[in-house]
Amino acid sequence: MPKVTFKTDLCKGCGLCVHACPKGCLTIAQDKINQKGYSPAQMLHEDKCIGCAFCATMCPDCIITVEK
Amino acid sequence: MKTVFQKPKSLTDAPLHYCPGCPHGIIHRLVAEALDELGIEGKAIGVAPVGCAVMAYDYFACDMIEAAHGRAPAVATGIKRCRPENIVFTYQGDGDLASIGMAETVHSAARNENITVIFVNNAIYGMTGGQMAPTSLPGQVTQTSPYGRDVKHCGWPIRVSEMLATLEGPEYIARVAVNNVKNVNAAKKAIKKAFQNQIDGKGFSLVEVVSACPTNWGMTPQQALEWVESDMLPYYPIGVYKDRTEGAK
Repeated sequence: MPKVTFKTDLCKGCGLCVHACPKGCLTIAQDKINQKGYSPAQMLHEDKCIGCAFCATMCPDCIITVEK
Repeated sequence: MKTVFQKPKSLTDAPLHYCPGCPHGIIHRLVAEALDELGIEGKAIGVAPVGCAVMAYDYFACDMIEAAHGRAPAVATGIKRCRPENIVFTYQGDGDLASIGMAETVHSAARNENITVIFVNNAIYGMTGGQMAPTSLPGQVTQTSPYGRDVKHCGWPIRVSEMLATLEGPEYIARVAVNNVKNVNAAKKAIKKAFQNQIDGKGFSLVEVVSACPTNWGMTPQQALEWVESDMLPYYPIGVYKDRTEGAK
């Protein structure tokens, strides 16, 4: 199964990865706040992930690593 | 497990100061990936602009120089002529390249200086708070055009790529966008080609990247990318405007 890791502390919660994901795997964690004061992106449906790295391609802060 | 995607080595670990959803980060990454893939990060020298990307020298893991506003192509010309073995690139916004630095840009293109120019066009002055830029669209609302850009009063936005492509000088002029995954991947190819041209000694290569400014456009990051597709790309069409080796497409 593909593995997507976020450097959560650097996330600005812009949501571009959430929109880029073709499978709707990601979400903005509204109940969390990171060091920068933003609600970070996180994986919601790991089982649906196909490891396409579209999220990482659109991430402006380059905080996503994708392995598969 | 095989790593499909990770941060390129040519980007430092410094957190980017850009606003949430600012595509500058994507374009920084594309430049860094081109440096990595061509194996030139050790001999690359970047020239940072004045504008939102003014602190780009903190983000690229190669040598960087800060130029006065708009003068990056002139500074790059000097570096390249003194050190032809180095790979010299500039990274400039539209307020920098298309306004105060237009003369430097046009003349470096006309001289076919062997440098690479990354031109980020987001149709607004970002760092100074959202004033009208030479590339702001007709009718676009900015801080200095609150009723929309009136072309009778302020003139028409400048299509830099088309204009430079009319010159005999430059080797490669292309316009790309970063509003979706497909366009980001195409942008990466164009940026890599612009660096390859310099390695091959072919001459002036400029890649105009149509970008967004969610903060100053007053939109969410996703809405801003949709506005790029619906409003900016019709005025600034994607394409290769000049390619002396292969011909424009």
